[in-house]
Order: sequence, then C-alpha cells, then structure tokens
Amino acid sequence: MTEVTEDVVLEMLGITKEFPGVKALQDVNLRVRRGEIHAICGENGAGKSTLMKVLSGVYPHGSYKGEIVYDGEPVAFRGIRDSEARGIVIIHQELALIPQVSIAENIFLGNEKAGAGVLDWNRTHRAAADLLARVGLHENPETTPSEIGVGKQQLVEIAKALSKKVDVLILDEPTAALNDDDSEHLLSLLREFREQGMTCIIISHKLGEITAVADRVTVIRDGRTIETLDLHGDEPVTEDQIIRGMVGRSLEHRFPERTATIGEEVLRIEDWTVHHPTDTGRVVVDRANLHVRAGEVVGLAGLMGAGRTELAMSLFGRSWGTDISGRVYKRGREIQLRSVPEAIRHGLAYTTEDRKSLGLNLIQTIRENISSSALGKLMDWMGVIRSEQEASVAERYRREFGIKAPTVESPVGKLSGGNQQKVVLSKWVFSDPDVLILDEPTRGIDVGAKYEIYTLVNQLAEAGKAVIVISSELPELLGVCDRIYAVSQGRITGEVPRERATQEALMRYMTMEKTR
Amino acid sequence: MNDITEYLGRNARQYGIVIALLAIVGLFQALTGGRLLDPSNVVSLIQQNAYVLILAIGMVMVIVAGHIDLSVGSLVAFIGGATAIMMVDWGWSWPVAIVLALVLGLLVGCWQGFWVAYVGIPAFIVTLAGMLIFRGLAIVIVGTTRAGLPPEFNAIAGGALPSWLGFLGALDGVTVLIGVVGMAAFVFSQWRARRGLIKHDLAVEPMGIFLAKNIVVVALIGVLTYWIAQRATPIVLLIVGGLIMVFTFVLSRTVFGRHIYAVGGNRHAAELSGVRTRLTDFMIFVNMGLLSAIAAIVTTSRAGAGVASAGQLYELDAIAACFIGGCAVRGGVGKISGAMIGALIMGVLNMGLSILAVDSAWQQTIKGLVLLLAVALDVTTKRRRAYA
Repeated sequence: MTEVTEDVVLEMLGITKEFPGVKALQDVNLRVRRGEIHAICGENGAGKSTLMKVLSGVYPHGSYKGEIVYDGEPVAFRGIRDSEARGIVIIHQELALIPQVSIAENIFLGNEKAGAGVLDWNRTHRAAADLLARVGLHENPETTPSEIGVGKQQLVEIAKALSKKVDVLILDEPTAALNDDDSEHLLSLLREFREQGMTCIIISHKLGEITAVADRVTVIRDGRTIETLDLHGDEPVTEDQIIRGMVGRSLEHRFPERTATIGEEVLRIEDWTVHHPTDTGRVVVDRANLHVRAGEVVGLAGLMGAGRTELAMSLFGRSWGTDISGRVYKRGREIQLRSVPEAIRHGLAYTTEDRKSLGLNLIQTIRENISSSALGKLMDWMGVIRSEQEASVAERYRREFGIKAPTVESPVGKLSGGNQQKVVLSKWVFSDPDVLILDEPTRGIDVGAKYEIYTLVNQLAEAGKAVIVISSELPELLGVCDRIYAVSQGRITGEVPRERATQEALMRYMTMEKTR
Repeated sequence: MNDITEYLGRNARQYGIVIALLAIVGLFQALTGGRLLDPSNVVSLIQQNAYVLILAIGMVMVIVAGHIDLSVGSLVAFIGGATAIMMVDWGWSWPVAIVLALVLGLLVGCWQGFWVAYVGIPAFIVTLAGMLIFRGLAIVIVGTTRAGLPPEFNAIAGGALPSWLGFLGALDGVTVLIGVVGMAAFVFSQWRARRGLIKHDLAVEPMGIFLAKNIVVVALIGVLTYWIAQRATPIVLLIVGGLIMVFTFVLSRTVFGRHIYAVGGNRHAAELSGVRTRLTDFMIFVNMGLLSAIAAIVTTSRAGAGVASAGQLYELDAIAACFIGGCAVRGGVGKISGAMIGALIMGVLNMGLSILAVDSAWQQTIKGLVLLLAVALDVTTKRRRAYA
C-alpha cells in the first residue's frame, strides 16, 4: 500500500454508538479517499445508516464515542447544519420532499434565495433550472414532486444536495425504490460527479450496482467493520466475496431446538400480484406463489423494499396496495380476504414489523391491547365486554409469554421492545388463528428476548399453526424455519428447504435482479 | 403506605381534577360568604348546566376518537326550534315531539357521520359546515320565537319530582331515598368490581385508597342530597345522572366503547386489528346527534320557547369541559367522569362569579385562563412523566 500518496478526505475512527439496550455500532472504522465512490454494504440492521447519521451530525458529537477526521482535522458536528457547512451532505433513504410545493422551492427549502427575507423568484427558478440540468432532469422547476415519479424525485433530492456546497455526498440506498432505467441514470450521474472531483459514499445492498460503480467497498456486519475491499485491486472482487463478508458469522445456540411435525397444507396463494397504492403503475408483488402447512414455519427472506411486507399486508385483508389480483386457498378451498375482519374470520393473523405505529395502541394497557383483535370472544349478546374474563385472559398471557410488567394494567408504551412484541403475539394468538404471519418479529429486540420469541414461534408450530416468518436476518430464518422463500424485487426467486439452506445461497436469490 | 403514594402518583391527574373542583368550590364559598352552596343555588347550578353536561358526554367520545364537533350549539337551536314548532304550530302532543326530536338528532348525526367516516372529510370541516348549516336552518324554520309550550314540557328543565314520600323533617323523602340508593349502588358496584379482581388474582388499588374513595364519594352524595332535599329532586338531574351512568358503562364496558379508544389511540393499529374504524366514526357522530337532541329538549324546555339563537357557543362549553376534564388533544384518552367535573368547574366559576357580580366580560376572560391552565398542567405533567 502506498499510504503516503493516499489522499484521505474523511476518516471515522473507533466509532461506537449505543441505544438503550442495543450497541448499534462498535469500534467502526471508515476511511474514504478524496474523489472516490465508496460503497458501504451490509445486511439490514448492520449499522450502515446509523454510521452515516453519526457522520452527518444527526446523532450529535458526544452521543457517540470515537473520532471523525475531515480534511485532516478532527470535527465535532452538533447537527446537520454543521456538517453541511463543511460540505458533507446526506440524502436519506426516505425522500424528504414536500409533495405539494414546486421542485424549485423544494430544492431551496431552508436555504431560500432571498433578499432581506423576501423571496427572489427569478433567481430561485434560474438556479433551480441550472441544478436540474446538472442532474439531467428535464422538468419545469414549477412542477411539484407529486406530479413526477419516484426516480425523478430522487434526482430532485440530488439537485437539492448540489444546491449546497457539497464535497462529500452521501446517498442512503438511493436506488431502493427506482426502476432499472432510473437506477442506471443515477449511477452514471455518480460517475460524472466523480469526474468533477466530488466524493460519494453510497449505501446499497444491490451488489451488481456496487461492483459496477464503486471504487472501494466497506462491509459492515453487526455494527462492526469487517473489511474494506478495493474493486480496482490486483485481485478482482467477486460478489460472493462481499456476500461472505456480509453474512459470515456462526449460529451457536441462538435458537431453541424443535422437531417439526408437519401436517396438511393450510394456506396457498397463487399468482399474487399487488400494485403500489399511489404509484399505481409499479408492480410491488409480482405473481407470487407460496404455500404453508400446519405445524410448519416458513420464512420469507428478502432485503428491504423487496416486497415481503407488502405481500403480507395485501394478503391480510388488503391492508396495503391497489389492483390486487391472485387466488388464496385455505385448506384447498378458495377464500376471499377483502377486509381485515374477513381475514381474521378466515383464521389469519399478521403481526406488523412496525410495532409502535401499526401494531399497538401505546397509550392503552396490556389488557386492552391483548383483547383488541378478538373482543368478539369476550362479549355477550349486547356487546358488553365480560371484564373479569378479559382480565384473566390478559393475565394468563402475561404469565405464559413472560411479559415483564407489574400488572396487565400497565400501559404498553412503557414496556421494552421485547415485551411489546410479546403483547403483539399474545393479541394475535388470542384471536386463535390458523395462519400467523410474523413480520420482523425480533426487530429492535435484545438477544435474550429474541430467544423467548423463537421459543413462542416453536410452540405455535407445535400446536399445529402454520407460521410465516418475514425477516431480513438470515441466521434467524435459518434458525427457526423449515422452509424458506427468497423474495427479490417483488418476485419469489427461490424456495429452499432447511437442510439445503445457506446464507450464501439465500443472499444470491435475494439479490437476484430482474432479467430484462 | 408506600403503595398508596405510588398509586396516587400514577393517578394524579384523576384526583387532581377533583381536588381542583373542591378548591374552586371552597374558594367561592368563602368569597360569597356561603351563598354559593345555598340549596337553591345548588339546584339551579344543575339546571343551568344540564346542557353542558349532556353535550360533554357525547363530546368526550368524539374527542377520544380524535375528532371534534363544532356544530352542537347550532344543532341545539335547530332541533329545539323544530320541537317547539311541532308543539306550538302543529299542535302535536309533547311526547310525540320529544320522540321526533330524538329521531331528528339521529338523522343529523347520520348526515355528519357520513361525511366524516365515509367521505373522509376532517370532522373540523364537516362540523364547521354543520355549525353554519344548522344555525341557518334554525333561523329559517323558527323565524320568530315560539313561546307557549305545554307545561309538562317546560317541567323537564324547571320541574322537580313530587314529594310522594312526604318530608323527613325539612328534607324531601324522595330525594333522600334517591341519595341513599345512589350511595348504596356506588359502594356495591365498587365492592363487586374489587371482588372480581381479587377472584381472578389481579392487582387492586390499595385498601386504604379503596376505603377513602368510597367514603369521599358517599360523603359527597350525602352532602349533595342534603342540599337538594331541602327543595326537591330536579327532573333534569335524573336525566343527566341516567345519561352519565349509561354512557360511562358504554365507554368502559362495551365493545363499541373500547373501539372508540382504539381508534383514537392508534387508528392504523385498530384497523389492522379488525376494528371497523369507519363504522365506529359514523356511530360516534350519530350518538352525538342524539345527545344534541336531548340537550335541545332541555334547553328549549328551560327557555320555555323555541328560539333561533339558542345554543350559541354551547359547543365551546362542551369542548372546554372535556379538555379541562383530561381529554387528550390528540385523542385516545378521556373519561366521562373527567368531563363532568370539567363542566362543573366551569359551572361553579360561572355561578360564583355571577354571585360576586363580576362583569361578564371578565367572567369570560377568567374561564379562558382556567381552560388554558388546566390543559397546560396536563401537558407539562405528562411530559415530565414521559422523561421519568
């Protein structure tokens, strides 16, 4: 290595960031050269986005340990304004445009072209048009983001970034929501920026993209840096090599034992197709076929944005998406699932990946949450709740599932993530379903609580339920599932039984891109 | 002792509002030299504020579900006017007019519920429109004031139960009986609930609190009975009391009530739990229409006439009572008991300030400050607890 000539623009040293109960980053190091495209790669939850939030000051100096050296001097950003003042600009995964306001105004939001507080519209539109030309977007600056597609919106975000003085541009999964043409355009834009001497950091788990555009890639796993690979080095870096870095870890005793007794088929879906609710032309789930049997735990593996949650929610009483087509069979008979109550009546249960905003009523008690999906079982003919029975049901689940709370009258909002998840599970087990779809059941939960959740999943399967587990953590799927489907870009790209499943094989299916 | 302080800490809001009411009553009792709690004032306090209490019952449910209803004042004028016209112009008997008034309330509730629940227009807009529409219609149909209502109808708001049981000394027997039955019913229901909890091995409030609560409530009912029994039980007190009991039960013990809290606390989670959120929204407004009709009957009866300008600003009284009584601005939290106490706080303020002959402009100012302070206290204590 020719360390002497290496022109490092940015170095993050020994970054450790803790959230209550979770170490998100542990001693992470990152070294970015001036004018390169540096990719950061890792599984969902590996810590990529957290690292970038540390860098950009979203997590201010002092809330993490470690040092950031920028342009040769240590920096301490207290907020995103500080980092932007130094030319570090981040584009977040979720687009932050205001849909009803013109592109030009969006670009200069918070940075308005004005004299003495009065907007200068001519200057705004002139400058916006220049920036739009730079990113290759041929739209009138007065159009609004709601009138253009996601791909173009992403370009507006980049134009917005360019309106600031930008030396280091960070893009968090910029192509996750884009189609192939838009992705290709965006990548060629990054190459252009590199020509102009800009440094880009791109977070992505599309390996094809990374090998196509990046100069170097840093792999992060479980909040630690694993390696930094030089894509222009003497030895060519293969996608397999990156995959090994992303998943390589052992699976000692993290999962309870279970011997599966698998019965007859309970649920089968055929040609399930779902379109995006607002961008109705976009196919989010594409002709999916799958089935699950009694006593079986089936996994759905896929990266973020692959369409797993959309598949599950569209199935659960059309809670997501439009223009849904396909057939559902319960024990061989075709059924209709037009609303959530209908899905519940047919014995389906869905626990969401977003516990706090979709799964629980945080200001209500454990008791009220547990009974909420099956109040009908607790009421008399006049719609009056038998409150003693309700309380004893809640109490029973508190004990059986080990929900750590003084009483069932504690508000759910005060519980830890693991205990909240147990309340969600109690709620749906109480509805006595035949099929449980568990979406990211262990997200944001510490290791001990995860083990308890896995044990509950096993108990459900042993009781003859059909269980579908959606997860982006491959070891979790390998540890609990009998069979795993891989999902990529809305399609089911592979089906692997437990015996033959490896993380590498699954990751290959999960990153399989649409053949054009 | 330790668990008692802890319990009080956790339920500070509930007890705080009761203490605030008692403090305000005490303050005015002292300032007016004992005139506030004169028996005739206690009775007229109830009669004057019956409409707020009735409307606040429905408004609690609206606010808990995350909505608001600005139209109830206009509804009172519209339905009250229609009721008066039925009796005065068309000569229909008063029971028929009352039944039709209630039906009219349900229909108007369906109208507003339809726009909120099934078209998806924010309740603020729908009921703002309703406020204009029904005030306008009230003026159109009523025109000039309709006086000369049947005496039976006028007795709803102004009348009292006859003294069937004679007098015990200076006290009306019927009132004493109602008071005693009320005390017994309260203690019995509390004791039954507690026994149920114990039977299922569930946590109960500390015994000390339980006893203290029962003693305080029984004492309050006793004092109230003593005052009212020096006159007789107003009919409107029975109506309000009955509604409070029924709707407290609906909110706390029925599936419909539970769904209101679920929708207000987290609409998406409720939907994904299989709650028919639109139907719930619709029913809440139907119910508000019904209670507006009852308030209209009481108001018209008290005025003894159908008046197009009746019910001005009633919606704000009801909304203020709910927020003083602990309803959360963002929905999901609120109790009928709290709103009733909130309404009484406003009522006592009104009456106390009137006895003291405070200028009505100042009365409004003071009530506004009380509302602001009550919610500010709520917001800040909640924030402090969130950090704890």
